[in-house]
Amino acid sequence: MTEGISFSLDGKDVTARTGQSIWEIAKENGTQIPHLCHTDRPSFQADGNCRACMVEIEGERVLAASCMRQPSPGMVVNTASKRAEKSRKMVMELLAADQPERQTSLNPKSHFWKMADITEVSSSRFPNREMPREDLSHPAMAVNLDACINCNLCVRACRDVQVNDVIGMAGRGVHSKIVFDFDDPMGDSTCVACGECVQACPTGALLEKNMIKAPAIDRKVASVCPFCGVGCQLTYNVKDDKIISVDGRDGPANQERLCVKGRFGFDYIHNPERLTMPLIRKEGIAKHDVAGLDPANPFTHFREATWEEALDVTAQGLLKIKDQTGPRSLAGFGSAKGSNEEAYLFQKLVRTGFGTNNVDHCTRLCHASSVAALLETVGSGAVSAPFNEAKNSDVIIVIGANPSVNHPVAATFFKNAIKAGTKLIIIDPRRQSLSRHATFSLQEKPGSDVALLNSIMHVIIEEGLTNTDYIKNHTENYSTLKEHLKDYSPEAMAAKTGIDPDTVRQVARLYATADAALIFWGMGISQHVHGTDNSRCLISLSLMTGQVGRPGTGLHPLRGQNNVQGASDVALIPMFLPDYQSVEDPEIRARFETIWDAQIDPERGLTVVEITEAIHEDKIHGMYIMGENPAMSDPNVTHAREALSKLDLLVVQDLFLTETAAYADVILPASAWPEKVGTVTNTNRQVQMGRAAVPLPGDARQDYWIIQEIAKRMGLNWNYSHPKEIFAELTSVMESIRGISWERLETEDAVTYPCSNEGDPGQPIIFGDGFPTASGRGTFVPASLVSPDEVPDKEFPIVLTTGRLLEHWHTGSMTRRSEILDAVEPEPIMQMPPAMFETLGIIPGDFVTVRSRRGKLDIRARADGAVQKGMVFIPFCFAEAAANVLTNDALDPYGKIAEVKFCAVQISKQATV
Amino acid sequence: MGDSNSFLKTPRAPGAKKRKGRYFTKGRQLDPQSLVEVRTVLKNQPLHKDLAIEHLHRLQDTFGHLKKRHLVALASEMHMALAEIYEIATFYHNFKVAESDEDTPKLTVKVCDSLTCEMAGSAVLAKELAENFGKEIEISHGACMGRCDKAPVVRIKDHYVLNATLTKTADELKAYSSNSIKMASDHTSYQEYKEQGGFASLNNLYSGALSSEEILTKLRDTNHRGLGGAGFPHHLKIQSVLSVPGPRLMAVNADESEPGTFKDRYYMNNNPYQFLEGMLIAAELVEADEIYIFLRDEYSDTAEILKEALAQIKIMGLTKNRTIYLRRGAGAYICGEESAMLESLEGKRALPRHKPPFPSQVGLFGKPTLINNVETLYWLPEIIVKDPSWYSKSGRHGATGYRTFSLSGPVNKPGVYRTPAGITASELIEEFGGGMKEGYIFKAYLPGGASGGALPAAMADIPMDFGTLEPHGCFIGSAAVIVLSDKDNLKDVARNLMRFFEDESCGQCTPCRAGTEKALLLMKEDSWDTDLLVELSDVMRDASICGLGQAAPNGFMSLLKHFPEELK
Repeated sequence: MTEGISFSLDGKDVTARTGQSIWEIAKENGTQIPHLCHTDRPSFQADGNCRACMVEIEGERVLAASCMRQPSPGMVVNTASKRAEKSRKMVMELLAADQPERQTSLNPKSHFWKMADITEVSSSRFPNREMPREDLSHPAMAVNLDACINCNLCVRACRDVQVNDVIGMAGRGVHSKIVFDFDDPMGDSTCVACGECVQACPTGALLEKNMIKAPAIDRKVASVCPFCGVGCQLTYNVKDDKIISVDGRDGPANQERLCVKGRFGFDYIHNPERLTMPLIRKEGIAKHDVAGLDPANPFTHFREATWEEALDVTAQGLLKIKDQTGPRSLAGFGSAKGSNEEAYLFQKLVRTGFGTNNVDHCTRLCHASSVAALLETVGSGAVSAPFNEAKNSDVIIVIGANPSVNHPVAATFFKNAIKAGTKLIIIDPRRQSLSRHATFSLQEKPGSDVALLNSIMHVIIEEGLTNTDYIKNHTENYSTLKEHLKDYSPEAMAAKTGIDPDTVRQVARLYATADAALIFWGMGISQHVHGTDNSRCLISLSLMTGQVGRPGTGLHPLRGQNNVQGASDVALIPMFLPDYQSVEDPEIRARFETIWDAQIDPERGLTVVEITEAIHEDKIHGMYIMGENPAMSDPNVTHAREALSKLDLLVVQDLFLTETAAYADVILPASAWPEKVGTVTNTNRQVQMGRAAVPLPGDARQDYWIIQEIAKRMGLNWNYSHPKEIFAELTSVMESIRGISWERLETEDAVTYPCSNEGDPGQPIIFGDGFPTASGRGTFVPASLVSPDEVPDKEFPIVLTTGRLLEHWHTGSMTRRSEILDAVEPEPIMQMPPAMFETLGIIPGDFVTVRSRRGKLDIRARADGAVQKGMVFIPFCFAEAAANVLTNDALDPYGKIAEVKFCAVQISKQATV
Repeated sequence: MGDSNSFLKTPRAPGAKKRKGRYFTKGRQLDPQSLVEVRTVLKNQPLHKDLAIEHLHRLQDTFGHLKKRHLVALASEMHMALAEIYEIATFYHNFKVAESDEDTPKLTVKVCDSLTCEMAGSAVLAKELAENFGKEIEISHGACMGRCDKAPVVRIKDHYVLNATLTKTADELKAYSSNSIKMASDHTSYQEYKEQGGFASLNNLYSGALSSEEILTKLRDTNHRGLGGAGFPHHLKIQSVLSVPGPRLMAVNADESEPGTFKDRYYMNNNPYQFLEGMLIAAELVEADEIYIFLRDEYSDTAEILKEALAQIKIMGLTKNRTIYLRRGAGAYICGEESAMLESLEGKRALPRHKPPFPSQVGLFGKPTLINNVETLYWLPEIIVKDPSWYSKSGRHGATGYRTFSLSGPVNKPGVYRTPAGITASELIEEFGGGMKEGYIFKAYLPGGASGGALPAAMADIPMDFGTLEPHGCFIGSAAVIVLSDKDNLKDVARNLMRFFEDESCGQCTPCRAGTEKALLLMKEDSWDTDLLVELSDVMRDASICGLGQAAPNGFMSLLKHFPEELK
């Protein structure tokens, strides 16, 4: 511990901790020193430029900026001297001269005006100058630099905090001004609309368009963002039961940061297309007849029903199928977008009400292969360290992931670490915005991960860079791996990977010799027929170098959906009961049968794509789908849609009439995330509390209530009156979260598991003392080369890969109904390397026809140098050009994930219409 | 059951379709042609971020200005964000950014508008030039060009018209277009310097015949000070740098930009090897691994001399494997402030850093750095070689040693003069400057350029040295004495000084950025609100981050004190 620093503050003896500024200590002692360019929010460094916080220090020639200055022992500081007050007031007066009239300004309640009130400045004796004109080019944010005071907070927000590096302070002196890129309109710039700048701006110069004129907020509700696995905590600002803006909150994963979806994407819940009453398919409307269906007016195909009727039809229909063709002819898809409580209840209904383990969710399109590899080798399917650990890493590898698009806030922490000296290695067929920050950026050939990773490990062994002690003490089966890797020299693999051997060697050395190195991976690893093998390689890499179990080290599959970790943990998957306990183990099953007071099918159930096949094979006849959209998200999606159309009964519970709901017999209007209370678990294993901000629209209902009503009608004796009762049941059956109570989450907002008791702070970093496997050791599982299932050929010469856009989440059912997100990415596009435009004789924006062996679509092409030659990328969120029409449904044999990251297509200029 | 085609269809897709899609990635696009052009200019140059300013110079030298499409390519090559490059390109006076190829700017001719030149008629000249050449040429203003003994000065790219008139400038413009201008350089050669005993001290230091301690003792005994303006004792600065463990760096501030100052240019142009010997001695004293010389862009002739001299000393094995970088400024007075210069050397905008920490502890690239001005180093070989009495015997009015004054204004012989320390302004004008020009009556003087305040002729008997002028609200600074006469309107003088600081303010802090701007607005009025100007001046002095803002009101305040009637 360092000793305190004693000094005199306004005649009082005070003690400061090392690193504290005078401003901070004054605040602690109850003295509010005015401040404009300074904020004590996390991640912001003091800048000392506005000079509104000047104080007098005895014996010094000039005044000091209290936000920058740290006291030294014996210093005599006067915050209220005449000289200091004169300066502070003058600074406000200088700035006020050029401000717009307060009453008519865009933000009369701004921080600037609050400070002006404190310093008693309401007007200025100085002449004003001409100020810049407004820039309204961005859909979400207004730029009015006439209110700008050059405090630099937005620059720090954009550059130091989020590291998006769009905002700059151009020019010099009085002509210096805030610019986007090259003084471009904000809407035409590289801005990714994270909104960190508007949250930081103290004047209203940068303002959410929704917050112009500072509308009165009725209430603020603390919750967590539903748009990805990062789990950013946020505050909804609610007026007239509408969310009008969102601020980042200081959660463990985000430290007040948000991305464009979390900041600007919540208006989807107020979209007029929301389902507000139960619907039942009209008699005589064929299921495949979806073309004329308008989600805004579904009454061409559906009729209104009461909840009683809809629930009765649902339960009776399910029971009828169960009676006629047996429990295994039913299946359910739950959702990783809902709460832990909903996911748990859903699988409990399928297991105990339907009587089958045919329950799955989008993890099957996501990290199931990663989880399979992790369980097999290290005995735990979750991350070994939170992504924020990057700050303690010397080296991080990002492979098969594009976090600045898919985990934007996590990416900001990577960039912070890189700015502080961490080295970044990116391995991905596509370039990405992080590439600029990388020490090594390996643009491998698609599908060559095993070859590349094996060659990296080959070098590590060959050059003696393994951690022999770690291998000896904590692993097994190393000799098999070592033998296996002999044939994988970087030279031998170069033709497959496209990476020159010298670079592979340098990367191997950099990772292996780092004091602490951490691996992040995403769908580019998991969504392959060799997805499990890819993950095995990453695990072996970290085990052989001992880069796991310590600060700054580990394995982190970046989880995609906001609650895919939690939904998997609570058993929304066909092979496991909660906490990944095998459903095929009679002892485990018996325990749950007692707890749940019901029989459980002793055989594991079918996975997502297997369920589609089972429908085609007439083995499954009825389905209950909550918050999933397989008619968009499944590979070879026409095949999946056809399956949905074949079901005798399809019940869909969702917010909108989705592409899946179009095939439904019954549609149940559900609750959106900001309308419910519940817990979610993010990629860091942090269980977080979400709270309801606004009421449900129309006759929409809470999802847990709907599940329970169906359960009751299927003969289950359930009586949950609040999600906290479900959560209590969860903690009683799950060892991993035993120490997390609802009350604790209400106060702490986030608790990391494993957490064994009420006082346990949880373990962010695991595997410090071995692995939760039978032997306590991690196992090396060698991986051999497996080609992608469908390699390009003469007829289909181009590789298609799919994924997400920053602005759209999953199948777009929510984000495309958000006005701002829709405005930024309004229509389907295919990302194509610029050189291919010449080959095809088209220009960007022209339509092309893309064909695979499974389907075809027409789509406009976007020029994107990040995509390598011979490859294209289509986001899977656009219904009118659904990428999954083209994708391949070949599965990874272990994780049962389809190879949506790789299929062969042909591309032609669209014939003139 | 529908046919398989019907499963290609979906209900109406979400999305309002209010906006057109984007067919390019966000923001400006990198075009292949610009990339090729930029790569050709940069050839195989390294691409570290600290070289951004150097590379911008290369592009501007090649294309005459900076095209935005080239800046996109440069950002991409250097792995920098667009905003990072744009900030730098728009911060410095001498870079010109053009939106597109159609928007190619005309040739820019800069007319110096600093005090000496303006009093010598530069404003009228600028007007005449605009009337005669305004169609083909952009007539712009420039800050002090360091040739104040030949005022007024006009800059045409890297060529300077001295004692400029309309005719002379017109002639030079013709000559410029036919590329016939030659740069004169007549300086002490390596051989000559060597024959005069040059590099003896350095070699003795290298060989051990002379110890660091001996040198430091001499520096202490002669009370040798930093001569860039602050006057900090040199031996203390060296010891401060030495107190921090290495690796250490050295940076030479050759960015003399204080209006009226041209002594460093004089020394570098006349005897570059003595300066370089001093530099190498100092580098050896602090064991600096690398030396960065930050030379102002306006001294292109000096750059040529130094390039040649640096090559020479390397060949002669005098650099002891120290890498010496000659870096080119891009037009920013603020780089005279040491930490702003460090920022610029790191390839960024020249914003002064907050102190503490001081550059001797945390300097260039975060390493302890010895920062010295050219003249400070120039003196070292002489101080070491000569007997201490040589130094201590010199001096007047209680001061000891020598000072180098840049004298400008309406005197008969403006120029650089090495004088006894403690000389008074009237002595300097009479003994060195040849007295006032005929028809001009000595009215007032600025002892330290634009920053050091002003004094009336009646107070020209005060010794000019560190510490002697402070009681009168002035300081010697870089020893740039600008003489004012009865023909000068003191309101115009005060305005000129404030405009200079407004133009050169980096913009970082409010008191300086907004203070200089508001002060100038108030000074544009016919009748001045002197009470408000004084109140504002107090705050600029008290609350600005660096010396620029703190010194900006000095001219106004001292003129107000001594000539209150003229500043109403």
